[in-house]
Amino acid sequence: MELHSSLTLVLPEIVIAISALLLVLVTAYVGDKTARLVSILAATTLGTAAVMVAPALFEGAAGPDTVAFNGQFYADSFASFAKILIYLAAIACLLIAPSFFNRLSAFKPEYPVLILLATLGMSVMVSAGDLITLYIGLELNSLAAYVLASFLRNDTRSAEAGLKYFVLGALASGILLYGMSLVYGFTGTTSFEGVRAALTGEMSTGALFGVIFVLAGLAFKISAVPFHMWTPDVYEGAPTPVTTFFATAPKVAAIALTARVTLDAFGNQADAWRQIVIFAALASIVLGALGAIGQNNLKRLLAYSSINNVGFILIGLAAATVAGLGAMLTYLAIYVVMSLGSFVALLMLRDAEGVPLETFDDIAGLSTTRPAIAWCLLLLMFSLAGIPPLLGFWGKFVVFQAAVEADLVVLAAIGIAASVIGAFYYIKFVKVMFFDDAVDRVQGKSDAGHWVLLVLSAVIISPLGYLAMRWLGGLTDNAAAALFLAS
Amino acid sequence: MIQVIAFYLFATLVIASGVFTIMSRNPVHSVLWLILAFFNAAGLMVMVGAEFIAVLLVIVYVGAVAVLFLFVVMMLDIDFAELRAGFIKNFPLGIAIALVLLAELVLGMGAYRAGILELGTPDGTAAPLLGETNIESLGALMYDRYLFLFEGAGMILLVAMIGAIVLTHRDLKTTRGHQNINKQVSRRPEDATVMKQPEIGKGIEL
Repeated sequence: MELHSSLTLVLPEIVIAISALLLVLVTAYVGDKTARLVSILAATTLGTAAVMVAPALFEGAAGPDTVAFNGQFYADSFASFAKILIYLAAIACLLIAPSFFNRLSAFKPEYPVLILLATLGMSVMVSAGDLITLYIGLELNSLAAYVLASFLRNDTRSAEAGLKYFVLGALASGILLYGMSLVYGFTGTTSFEGVRAALTGEMSTGALFGVIFVLAGLAFKISAVPFHMWTPDVYEGAPTPVTTFFATAPKVAAIALTARVTLDAFGNQADAWRQIVIFAALASIVLGALGAIGQNNLKRLLAYSSINNVGFILIGLAAATVAGLGAMLTYLAIYVVMSLGSFVALLMLRDAEGVPLETFDDIAGLSTTRPAIAWCLLLLMFSLAGIPPLLGFWGKFVVFQAAVEADLVVLAAIGIAASVIGAFYYIKFVKVMFFDDAVDRVQGKSDAGHWVLLVLSAVIISPLGYLAMRWLGGLTDNAAAALFLAS
Repeated sequence: MIQVIAFYLFATLVIASGVFTIMSRNPVHSVLWLILAFFNAAGLMVMVGAEFIAVLLVIVYVGAVAVLFLFVVMMLDIDFAELRAGFIKNFPLGIAIALVLLAELVLGMGAYRAGILELGTPDGTAAPLLGETNIESLGALMYDRYLFLFEGAGMILLVAMIGAIVLTHRDLKTTRGHQNINKQVSRRPEDATVMKQPEIGKGIEL
């Protein structure tokens, strides 16, 4: 009976896994012709899985009923919130891929299969209730991500990105495992619940080292400073649809995982990890803002922008309160929409032969030649900068509010100051598009899928998005409460 | 007592052969030292009562190293004549190593029969089932309590396999020419040749 209820709770994961296995067979037997069909089926699977996890989020599922496999897996509303974001982002990345890869005739059905398997890994990550589950999910996701990064194997930049990501990712996994073994050694258990119970009161130096190493490994996965070095190179080298994927779904998963590890497993040692998270948050915000200034490549710029955003997200986590976690999830949802929109816009910038354009020189005067893309990008950039009528402002606002309520006034003040620095390069984007002389390099036509995604994200981050904020706030409160109830 | 002696013998040899693995200049020697390290590590595992892991270590690692050895031999340009040259000279050394290994084997078995090394009292989920063998204890955990994680690890291996194929598999047709009889037979002279009437002194444009 125990097994039966456990299997019911992991049903969405089982659906994704079985679908991935079947699609691998289709791929193997029919060949590259099926790429489009496999993409559609993979997207359908992810949509089904999203529908399956949705009830847990709306009901605010929490407590013992959501625990599967003796505490190795939590199917609570916190996990559901993250999973829905992940599934939707992955579907978007499946939609935008064909037109990019088709030009190089490199669209292989393995792309959707690997996205599906990576999503399965992320699903396991956000539901992890045990250090081993955490590692299995993380590794399933990362391994698929390494392959995706070097998917254009004839392109040296793509191969370099994959190799770099693999070597540094393996190092981070090693650090994480070392930390986990220390935590296991000093607490005698790998389950989050057990670790939490064992780490009460004064913590031994060894256990502290374990906590630090685990956080360092996770910081690599969310690309928080000082473990961010790989991000610009990998984002620049990987094929743009894959970069879109990296900037959205795995980031959500890794951040949700970090939140669960810190608040659940290390929940009784908040003072110990909070200083690490606060440092990472501040360093990410400042370095993300400063590092982006000199960049000419738009993909690198967006990579620094994502480092910067991770800093703001970590501020919500540093508060270590229900409100802070809720704010973090709100910011995360808005961030996913914004970065999805920006990367889709980037994908639409192509010259007459369809070669992707990715530098500032190429988009000079875009507002006269391609006004629709330029105006959408304007909205997205202003939103990323946090300019008030747009939704990006709301995300920053709730995060800073939570930080102030948790007596982190200095952190909030420095964060606000650094976000002004960050506004510089977002506004530079707008300046180049609207006030520079037009070069008219962007020629290529984009298919309907790109337009739908771009306009949709522009509408969501426009002031219209505030209509949904009360609803989203309710959901994030549910999700945040579930994590705190579990612990 | 015999356990302690055996433990120190195995432990010293693991470390020594580990050092020689990275110190020796000849890759073939490195691989041999590595195999010795694995055998001694397996001996240590036997000492603490983990026979199954000891067997796995020998089967998987030594087996894998044997394959690695083949690769090294195939990929590197090693002069085998030079390797064989010292056979007679090194014969006593070889006999000595064989004797040490024999002594280890006898000592290890003797120590194991005398009872395992007590490192501490295992408890919690990691405690072995009472009166069961290693394999049964591991199986009971892996296929029952950790079923979900076991299957998850299987998915990781699948991803590794798909990834390796995606990144390295190439269609044979694109890399090497393949004869297409139909295409050859249906080829007409007018497809292959062009008539040109070039002006004198102008050259020809193809």
